[in-house]
Amino acid sequence: MSADPDSLRQMAAMMATGAPQAAALGFHLVSVEPGKGSIAAPWREDLVGDPETGVIAGGVVTTLLDHTCGLAIVSNSTQRMPTATLDLRIDYMRAAKPRAGVTAEAHCYKVTRTIAFVRAQAWDDDPSDPIATAQAAFVLVGAPA
Amino acid sequence: MSEAADRLEAFLHRVPYVRFLGMRAELAGDEMTATLPFSEHLVGNVMLPALHGGVLGAFLEMTALAQLAVAQKTTRAPKTIDLTIDYLRPGRAVTTYARADLRKVGRRIANIHVEAWQEARASPVASLRGHFLLATED
Repeated sequence: MSADPDSLRQMAAMMATGAPQAAALGFHLVSVEPGKGSIAAPWREDLVGDPETGVIAGGVVTTLLDHTCGLAIVSNSTQRMPTATLDLRIDYMRAAKPRAGVTAEAHCYKVTRTIAFVRAQAWDDDPSDPIATAQAAFVLVGAPA
Repeated sequence: MSEAADRLEAFLHRVPYVRFLGMRAELAGDEMTATLPFSEHLVGNVMLPALHGGVLGAFLEMTALAQLAVAQKTTRAPKTIDLTIDYLRPGRAVTTYARADLRKVGRRIANIHVEAWQEARASPVASLRGHFLLATED
């Protein structure tokens, strides 16, 4: 575990916005603690999936969930080894509200020597009323075989 | 242009997020191939470099929705119910292609499998299985 919350937050802020795709989507860090992370994606006209309703595209939610899962894993491990998504399952409870941004929170609840298991959810304005939940497995790329 | 090609064009032009990704698609008869040209803003890992896993997932989902738009007569957007994305290889910094297979299109629900590849069709980079709620005509 990272003992220093400031360095954890600094690393997390870099990770939340560092990747070109994360920057292109306007991601920003909401919170981080060991094994948990939260990232928000603002609504934007060019990210709309259904122009009739103005609802943000599912693809943005997929990328946000994947990215937030990665943050939760990195914040959980002592060695900052790179991760790669093995599989990602997303269930959509409902559509996001028109012109609403999306926030995701992920919890890395188990790490073995090679695999990290993560649950996540996304919401527009109320965490207790999620638009989507996710379950994912990641392989720790630098891990010993 | 055929009606199916018109529906595909309408879908690609209608959805702003399709333009954000830079995704295109072409029909050969009733077979659609979606194309995602490489672009810097799609990168998730600059060290490798590799496409963001979310981008691959999103491209697979949009390919499923495009294939549904080709098949369905309605212009109203289907809703995604669930998606399972398997990552098979890193998405490298080159063009990605995808094809969708409408396994079952019922009255209300469609089951769709999609596969994405780069250099070789036989070496897929990612695949998706999803359920979609079809818009019913009121």
